[in-house]
Parts: sequence; structure tokens; C-alpha cells
Amino acid sequence: MTALANLFRTTAFKLSLAYLLIFSIGAGVIIGWVSWNVRRLLDEQIAATVEAEINGLSEQYARGGIRVIVDVIERRTRQPGASLYLVTNFAGQAIAGNIAQLPPGVLDQPGVRETTYERQGELGVERRALARIFLLPGGFRLLVGRDLEDREALRRVFSRALLTSLFWLIVIGTIGGLLVARRVLRRVDGMNDSVRSIMSGDLSRRLPLSRTNDELERLTINLNSMLDRIVELMKGLREVSDNIAHDLKTPLTRLRNRAEEALRTAQTPDEFRGALEKTIEESDTLIRIFNALLMIARMEAGSEIEGKTDFDAGDVARDLVELYEPAAEDAQMRIETDIASGLTVHGSRELIGQALANLIDNALKYGASPNADHPSIVRVSASAEGGQVLLRVGDRGPGIAASEREHVLGRFVRLEGSRSRPGSGLGLSLAAAVARLHNGEIRIEDNAPGLLVTLVIPAAAAPPVHTDKTQADRTQVDKTNERSEKTTVETAR
Amino acid sequence: MSLMRILVIEDDREAAGYLVKSFREAGHLADHAADGLEGYAMAREGAYEVLVVDRMLPKLDGLSLIGGLREQKVETPVLILSALGQVDDRVKGLRAGGDDYLAKPYAFSELLARVEVLARRRAGAAGETTQLRVGGLELDRLAHTLTRDGKDIPLQPREYRLLEYLMRHAGQVVTRTMLLENVWDYHFDPQTNVIDVHISRLRSKIDKGFDPPLLHTIRGAGYMIRDGAR
Repeated sequence: MTALANLFRTTAFKLSLAYLLIFSIGAGVIIGWVSWNVRRLLDEQIAATVEAEINGLSEQYARGGIRVIVDVIERRTRQPGASLYLVTNFAGQAIAGNIAQLPPGVLDQPGVRETTYERQGELGVERRALARIFLLPGGFRLLVGRDLEDREALRRVFSRALLTSLFWLIVIGTIGGLLVARRVLRRVDGMNDSVRSIMSGDLSRRLPLSRTNDELERLTINLNSMLDRIVELMKGLREVSDNIAHDLKTPLTRLRNRAEEALRTAQTPDEFRGALEKTIEESDTLIRIFNALLMIARMEAGSEIEGKTDFDAGDVARDLVELYEPAAEDAQMRIETDIASGLTVHGSRELIGQALANLIDNALKYGASPNADHPSIVRVSASAEGGQVLLRVGDRGPGIAASEREHVLGRFVRLEGSRSRPGSGLGLSLAAAVARLHNGEIRIEDNAPGLLVTLVIPAAAAPPVHTDKTQADRTQVDKTNERSEKTTVETAR
Repeated sequence: MSLMRILVIEDDREAAGYLVKSFREAGHLADHAADGLEGYAMAREGAYEVLVVDRMLPKLDGLSLIGGLREQKVETPVLILSALGQVDDRVKGLRAGGDDYLAKPYAFSELLARVEVLARRRAGAAGETTQLRVGGLELDRLAHTLTRDGKDIPLQPREYRLLEYLMRHAGQVVTRTMLLENVWDYHFDPQTNVIDVHISRLRSKIDKGFDPPLLHTIRGAGYMIRDGAR
């Protein structure tokens, strides 16, 4: 019973009912229109016949008087299928015709009218007629009419046709609706079954396809690809948490060992103090790694971040160069800059600043020239190109082999030869995550010699227009603007 | 730093106990509220110089608590403690009316330094004077000049801002992240020794050849500029 109730509740069945109603109204209108027209046609024919007879009779009256008319009418009433006739004298008494009874007052007014009557020889049977009443000179009244039995029969045929067609329309429509609804319901139930078993944990299951290529099929295909994507993301997430577990365990173990060793071997307060300080240092490193991981995870989740503004990426580059310059000098390196102006981007100044800081930090750590004759130069440049802002950090160090460049963006990746130095292996991953969050990317290239890392960020769609700019400058800005809008859309895809 | 009255609003008993104890050891008066409503009532009633507010609190969350206080014209400086150390969480916290933000886990020295700076800012001690003076060091904020014992010392613009920040907080510990935030306006963790190098340059300009040294390194915490004679 509930299955049937479900069937009645389906959208397909409700749609069928709606169509049924529309078709029924349509059928009613068509049949009604046809019958009305046929009836009008019949009425016109009857009126014309009656008109012709009256004309003929009144001519004969003019020629031969009342007696001729009475003769003619008596002759005509004897023929089969005769019209209706009645002639009365000035006193209202019938003197000829085949009508036995008329409703009172019908003969008073000349003209055409529909009326009931009783025929001679079949008293008590009321019939309908269309009649014309005509005044003849000398106080005589002449009624000529036609029985409307044919028209009534036609009306009955039409109304029977209407009822029959409505009946079959409803029967066939309801059954058809139920069949269609059941078909759709069966497919949706199949989908529901699959969804339920996916929800209860069977992530490999997919929604059934029907090979009909209809809208339901296309929806199913999309839902299935969505499931594929979810499975993929979950796999990625699991990998990340495995990595995190693994990579946090190493420093945690080191932390624990150090504390244990201090407990075992330390004797003086100074030794204890030293061990505790080391422990705090170690845990600070852990916290830093953890924060960086959280930040990357958060950015990769793609949630929108607050605090986005329009700002000049060149200013960020200048700030950071200024921040790192003394540290570079200490490391016997030199930072060169080539920073263009008006590099407006929309995003988080904090995050882009941190990403660029990581790149410069890496260059200072690993970018020292292996050749003592060549100076270690780190080159920081910022420029606009095709609607994108490029922040480049190039060094003269050993660089990264082409085969490892993609690999190095992964989390915790530390290349051979860098493991001895401080670092978590998260700097580039974080920069890459920042770039992706801004619909940009990180490019790792050969600086011949050395490494060239480029942080690509789409230029802002609407750079702030400075009121003190000249007209020429503003046009320039507008042009950059148009280009950048186009590119932003492309990148977003 | 003179004595401060600090209210710690934190639902984790152990963390709160540690904070209250540490503040007292540092010579301050510290009270504790265990949930948002209690904290709100105490903050409205008591005359505290600084509130340390956890973001996630039972009964009334940290940001609503701050919003409520600000609505009631309670302008006590607030430092927000949060386990959510993300860029936009910080933005949300400051927008809600917080004055500073520190992500958990934190070093107590960092927290103490920030709380002291907040309290001092409220007292308006070093706010808008045009002359900053520490020992023989004099910084003229109008003329942008620096002299020590009457001798001119030329400074780069950034060195000037660095020194100005240190001198405005003379006698207070200033951490590396505070310097990066206030002098460079970035909030990330300076992983390498970038700030230290800036400080050692500044130190060689203002302390080299003079006595006593004024710019001190506070181990495990940060830096402090202070008249050594005191």
C-alpha cells in the first residue's frame, strides 16, 4: 500500500495528472466548439427552409387566398418528413395544419422562435421546433416550422462522444502516469539504495546508470564523478595525516629522548637548565611545524580567507628584501633587486609576504655559490606579465635537478645535502599553497647556474586608481586591468 | 614594570593556574575567571589593566565577551589567546575589539611581554611625546634625529623605526615577533635570525664606543632598551 502511495506521490505521477487535466480541458473545448458550430449550421438551414416555405405560401395566398393555402398545407402534411404548419383565423381557431397543441401566446408575435409543440395524432408527446409566425392579410396567422429532433439527436451524439473520450482519457492517462512514475521511481529508488550504502561506508559503490542519456542519467553521471572526487580528496587527506603523524613523531621522539637523557645523566642545576632549554627549543620547532602544516591544510581546503586586500606586491618584495638584507650580508651574500611599480594584487598580504619570505629564506640557506670565485648573489625581482604578477627569487647555488623540481614542492621534502641544516621542509609547500589559494602557482626553474623560484599571482582585477596620476598613466592602468581580468578567469578554470 | 592587575579568562584550569602563577611570579596581580559570563562580570566590575581572554569559552565565547565589553564602553586592553593560529582568525579577533592576539601554544615570555606593552599603552606613558630619552640616548621624533651623549648618530629609516619602537617601550621586554609586527607589519614567525641581525646592527650604532650598553638581549624572550645606570 505504501508502495502505491509512494507512486502517487512521485513528481512523474503528479505531472501526468496535470497533463491529464490539460488534455481533458482541451478535448472538452474542441468537442464543444464543433457541436456548437454544427448546431448553428443546422439552425441556419432550418431557418432558410422555413423562410422559403413561408415565401411560397404567402405568394400563393396573394394569388388564391386562404383556401389555396389550406389545400396546399393539407397536401403537404400528408407527405412523410413534412414541415410543421398551422393556420389560424382572426379568432385564433386552427383551420389547417398538423400541430395539435402550442404553448399559449406563441402565435401572438410574428417572427422566428423556438418553441415546444404537440403533433396531431400523438397528443401528450412534447417536441421542440423552430418556427416562424407570419401575419397574412385578413387576420389569418400562418406558422411554418421544422422539428428539432435531428438537432437534439446530434447534441446527444456529441455529449456522448465527450463523455466517452473523457473517460478513456482519464483511464489511459492514469495508468500511463502510474507506469511512467513507477519507471522513474524504480530508477530513483536504485539511486537511493546506492547512496545509502555509500553513506554507510561502501565508498567504492556508484549510482546505477541506465544508458538512456536523459537528464536523470546526466545527473547520475555527475554524482558519480563527485563521488570519485570525494574519494580522491579523502585519500589525499589520509596521506597527509599519515605524513603528519610520521613527521611529527621524529621530533617528538627526539624531544622525549633528550628529556630522558637529562633525567638519567644530568647532575648539576646548569645541566638540567641546559636540557630544559633544549627541550623548549625542540618543542618550539614542533609547534612551528605544526602551525605550518595547519596553515597549508587550511589553505588547501580552499576555504576563503578573511583580510584580503588590494596591495602592491612590489612593496611586499621591498619590505622583505629590506628585512633579509642584513642576514644576507652576515651570510656573505648579496641581495639584488629589480622591482617594478604598480604591481597591485588582491589577496592576503600576510600570506604572500610569508611565501616570499620563505623563498628568500631558502635562497639564503641553500643558494650560496659553490664556486668561491663567483659571488653569492640572490636576485629578487617583481614584475607584471600578461595580467600576472611574478615575484622571482633567483640564487647562484647548486640549484635543483629538473627531475626533482616537482617533488620538492611536496610536504617535508628535504633534498640530500640540506638535511644537516635547520628547516622543516615545509617552506616551499607553504609558498605553493599560498600561490594556489590566490589562483596562482609556483614555478621552479634553472637560473643557470642556480635556482629560480617564481611565485605567480594574478594581478588584481581592479587596481586602486590614484587621483594624482596623469591621464596617460590611468589609461595604462585600465589596459592592464582588462588584460588581468581575462587572465584571472583563465586561471580560475 | 610596575604592578599590573590582570584578569585571565580561560576555562582550562591547568592553563589558567599556570598563567596566574606565572603572572604573580612576574610581580603582577592576577585573577581568574573560568567561563565567559563570569569573566564578563569580573571585567566590568574590577579595575583591570589587561584582560587575557581565551577565544573558546563556555557560556559566552571570547569574541562575544569582548564585543559586549566594548559596547558597555569598557576599554580595558584585551589580549586574545587562541588555539586557531590562522591569519584570518587573527583578523577576526582584532576586528571584534581585541588589541592583540597570540596563538596557542605560546611562550609565557612572549605573553608577558605583550601584556606589559598593552598595559603601558593604556597608561599612555610613552605615547605621544616628541622626545624619547633612554640614558644618554635621545630620539627627536619631529626632527627624526638621534644623539647619544650629544653626538649625532645617523640611522636608516627602518633602523629609526626599530629604535623608536624599542625606546617607546623602554624598560619592557620586546619579542622578535612583536618587532616584526610593529616595525615591519608582518605577523608570521621569523624563522631565522633576521631580527637578531637588525638588532645587532642597531646595537653597533648606538652602543659601540659608549658606556653603559643600553640595548640588552633578554635570553629566551627578546630585547629591551634600558638605562643601565638604573
